[in-house]
Amino acid sequence: MEAFEILLQTSFWVAAIRIASPLIFATMGELICERAGVLNLGIEGIMVAGAFAGWVTVYGGGDLWTGVVVAALVGAAFGLLHATLTVPLGLSQHVVGIGITLFATSLTYFTYRLVLPQVSSPPKIEPFTPLPIPSLSEIPLVGQALFAQTPLTYLAYAVVAVTAWVLYRTPLGLAVRAAGENPSAVEAQGISVAAIRIGAVMVGSALMAIGGAFLTMSAFNSFFFEMVNGRGWIAIALVVFGSWRPGKALLGAVLFAAFDAFQIRLQQISGGIVPYQVFLMMPYILSIAALILVARRATYPKALMVPYQKGER
Amino acid sequence: MRLEPKPAPSFAATLLYPLGAVAATLVFTSVLALLAGASPLDVFLLVAKGAAGSQFALMETLTRATPLIFTGLAIAVAFRAKLWNIGAEAQLYMGGVATVVLGTGALPLPAPLLIPILMAASMLAGALLLLGPAFLKTRFGVDEVVTTLLLNFIVLLFVSMLLEGPLKDPMGMGWPQSIKVLPEARLPRIITGRRLHYGFVLAIVASVILWVVMKRTTLGYEMRAVGHNPEASRFAGIPVNSVLMKTALLSGGLAALGGFSEVTGLKGNLTSDLSANFGYTGIVVAMLAMLNPLGVVASAIFVAGIFVGADSMSRAAGVPSYIADVMVAVALLTMVTAIMLTRFRIRWR
Amino acid sequence: MSPTPVLRLHNITKRFGSLVANDAISFDVREGEVVALLGENGAGKTTLMNILFGHYVADEGTVEAFGKVLPAGDPNAALAAGIGMVHQHFTLADNMTVLENVALGTQSLWAPRLDRKEASSRIRALAQGFGLVVDPDATIGRLTVGERQRVEILKALYRDARILILDEPTAVLTPGEAEALFRTLKLLVAKGLSILFISHKMHEVTAISDRVLVLRGGKLVGERKTNETDSRAMAALMVGGEIASPKVEAVQRGSVRFALSQVSARPPAGVPLNNLTLELHGGEIAGLAGVSGNGQATLAALMAGTIAPSSGTIAVDGREARSWTPRAALGAGIGRVPEDRHAVGSIGDMTVAENVISERYRTRRFSRFGFLDWTAARRFAEELVRDYDVKCPSPDARIRLLSGGNMQKLILGRALDGDPPVILANQPTRGLDVGAVAYVHSRLLQARKRGAAILLISEDLEEILALSDRVYVMSKGRLSSPSARGERSVSELGELMAGRSEDALHAA
Repeated sequence: MEAFEILLQTSFWVAAIRIASPLIFATMGELICERAGVLNLGIEGIMVAGAFAGWVTVYGGGDLWTGVVVAALVGAAFGLLHATLTVPLGLSQHVVGIGITLFATSLTYFTYRLVLPQVSSPPKIEPFTPLPIPSLSEIPLVGQALFAQTPLTYLAYAVVAVTAWVLYRTPLGLAVRAAGENPSAVEAQGISVAAIRIGAVMVGSALMAIGGAFLTMSAFNSFFFEMVNGRGWIAIALVVFGSWRPGKALLGAVLFAAFDAFQIRLQQISGGIVPYQVFLMMPYILSIAALILVARRATYPKALMVPYQKGER
Repeated sequence: MRLEPKPAPSFAATLLYPLGAVAATLVFTSVLALLAGASPLDVFLLVAKGAAGSQFALMETLTRATPLIFTGLAIAVAFRAKLWNIGAEAQLYMGGVATVVLGTGALPLPAPLLIPILMAASMLAGALLLLGPAFLKTRFGVDEVVTTLLLNFIVLLFVSMLLEGPLKDPMGMGWPQSIKVLPEARLPRIITGRRLHYGFVLAIVASVILWVVMKRTTLGYEMRAVGHNPEASRFAGIPVNSVLMKTALLSGGLAALGGFSEVTGLKGNLTSDLSANFGYTGIVVAMLAMLNPLGVVASAIFVAGIFVGADSMSRAAGVPSYIADVMVAVALLTMVTAIMLTRFRIRWR
Repeated sequence: MSPTPVLRLHNITKRFGSLVANDAISFDVREGEVVALLGENGAGKTTLMNILFGHYVADEGTVEAFGKVLPAGDPNAALAAGIGMVHQHFTLADNMTVLENVALGTQSLWAPRLDRKEASSRIRALAQGFGLVVDPDATIGRLTVGERQRVEILKALYRDARILILDEPTAVLTPGEAEALFRTLKLLVAKGLSILFISHKMHEVTAISDRVLVLRGGKLVGERKTNETDSRAMAALMVGGEIASPKVEAVQRGSVRFALSQVSARPPAGVPLNNLTLELHGGEIAGLAGVSGNGQATLAALMAGTIAPSSGTIAVDGREARSWTPRAALGAGIGRVPEDRHAVGSIGDMTVAENVISERYRTRRFSRFGFLDWTAARRFAEELVRDYDVKCPSPDARIRLLSGGNMQKLILGRALDGDPPVILANQPTRGLDVGAVAYVHSRLLQARKRGAAILLISEDLEEILALSDRVYVMSKGRLSSPSARGERSVSELGELMAGRSEDALHAA
């Protein structure tokens, strides 16, 4: 029953929330893009770029929050490029998204080599440290997990709340949701669909980049190649799993991360009978399983991946 | 701003816009070269020299182009039917796995028998791998982009598991690699002393066959129809789901041939670095070729040239070789824009 | 009637490439007036609306509202000037509520929260004042078409529109709903709003407007006071000559060629059918009237083979079909003209030759051992182009580049090739100009003459009445009993279309 005991360990839940944090940023970012009608497959590359941008800012002497802002700006810039090609020009969101991922990743690696031509082991920075919130963090079991994390995790919570609020409670959110459902409704009310979509993709991409930065500035303390390792693609699956709703997507991300943390611990106690690769595969297999599970009743935003031109209906 | 379709793209436009895309790519890479402290002209000359400046360089470029032709064809055929196969990387590895499982002694056959069997087996392995996502797409409506992407990670771990387990070479000094395939399974070199092997010829043959299939056969017609308009295709009596399945088999099989050719022609065994992102680069190759199978050969050689050239340029000029990856990605983005602009006119008012 | 013009268009010209969609159009709309803009499909009505509302920018000319020139290409300016537009295809987001759709864009985008209370009370007040009853918290996706149109009008009123533009507003309504709409419009006019009403239906124009403007080929060709003209004169102006109504010869009624018995069908999206029975005879056109969205699409899909019945049987020429697919339907001898020629009838990015063989590419005529015979395909395309009088540069031209009429002729030719015994013609003339409509009608009548059994589905009751030997009405997935030519009056058919039962009709 060792496997079950894992679930009762505080350290397990602390790890789960830590693993969930970058996914939460990325999932919210993708959700915002898709709610406005744009599938952003640039997510994986944008996370790589964000991870590097945040880290290199701090490495170059900037403070941690400056790093986060720089990462967000870099993400927004890639988002702008993505949106320029897919929104007014209406290019295939699949092809452009993959292109952005290749572009952002390769540009990041190039820059990394430019900045650090000769290093073999990546240099470290002083990352965000856990900041327990007084009294809240003392709640048994969940207190440590939820409220003894780094400030970036708290930012992730805030991002979910703000995303949910904006989408469902503000005039801007109405416009974003309508742009993903029936863009002509937005246009008919005198709002530019292109502006809404470009804006959503930029904001979404900024969040993805912060998700990447979490890896180098909170989860780890250095940048290395392939560190994003498919988290962007998993975020896309989580958006579908969460039915394009921030709350459900958050739940999905935490469940997913808990599973990931669980398999790591399971791997340690399994004593090498099962090859470790099997455990590492689990998150990806789980993502596919989750997609199959919800595919039947998934209600996509109707205008997802459909380009829109003024005066068209 | 709005886009208006042009009835017939002018010849000048079909020439001018792609040239513009190339120019934009060169300008962007020039900036990167300048940032790296090198003269752009030197960089380009060195890349060109490294890619095609000698017989050796050219042979290296063609060697590198071989797997890219296979993955490029795999993507071209899939994208033509709008089956978004982003998993050529995984399919290529599955081809390599099948080749190694059967080619290292399990089947002691002479080359004329063994090689076709290995080809067929590897194609089958890749085809079956893509059949899963295609089935999930047609049956449950699961987006194949995400499933094929995730499968890349799963398969790479699977390969790593095999290479540290059942397929591990006991003489490999602990390296995660398989034992070498039988000499009968090896594709011969085209010119002795050079690495270029008959896998390249196989790739050319595959692209010609695929071109004929796309242009001349009912299957090619069905794939194009389904890609352009699945609803109209279904109405006309084209069995859309079965066409997508056939497309998946063909696409996965072609990508897997890339794995077969790398193992039997170049490496001799399976390692977890069999592919240098060939699956992803194949997307660029296919898009640059506008999904035309014959064009894939040209664009694969071009892209391979950039990579091979950049490697040698990097050593000489001190510019990180990742500049090649950037260049290829930028070429993809500028080229899809250029293709759009040849078909549409932008009206600002 | 007050003479002040509230809306004035001056010399509006818009070109798309070589096509002049609007050619120096000038007119005005006065306060409290209903002006009808009459014109055929392709006459330039929609382009003009898009310019009025700022979706397009005119190449020349100006739009003035209440004496002020509107800046070009700015929907916001049109909205701010009090112009409200009810589009033919509703501009509503189905996943949002009435309130959210109405409030969209009316509050600052940067406001930290949407003021629902204020919006809700205003919507209720407007709804009451104008008799536009809807629940502000209902989700659009669950509303009927009539209710959605009310939401569209509410959207305009919510923004204090003084000029309302309605683009083909009755196309999707039952005759009863259309009546209700007209009542609402009269109420609006009484309260001082002005209305520009776009239509190609003569009787509506006569019923509602004070003044008629007729548009043809992008030009304004006539302006009349409604009470000083008649339908015939307007129609002649609209098409530029007298319209010849199709000549329907007497043809001997043949045997049953196509039969649905006790068929039920559950389409993945759309109206389900229960225990439907229908028989089509040779030498007859059976017309299916009804307001769109009442199950016609399901019936058409069933006949075309794109959906299979969940129970019941389909028989063609007395032979019961086993598995029912598009290919089976084609094989059984059903020629099919789909409702949407762009999305379903053709593959825009493929060539004319590639399109015309799409239903037959597997036959020996066009392929051997899996290899296509492009020479034969081109020859077939050329035959159709010649026989059906299609204007088309070459069999290798992308079909997207053809006009609607020419595309439809090709689709018709493809469907009628080989003289199929059964023909499904679903909205075969929608959006075509008069010449093309007449052509399609003559071809259907020709097929009838040679003994084909034809099902004509149309939302245009006049078309149904002109061509059909028997008329069925479909409402809420149910089929009425057939009535012979002239047996039921237009108003009786209208009642059936609105969902009244036949018993109720007899009782009345």
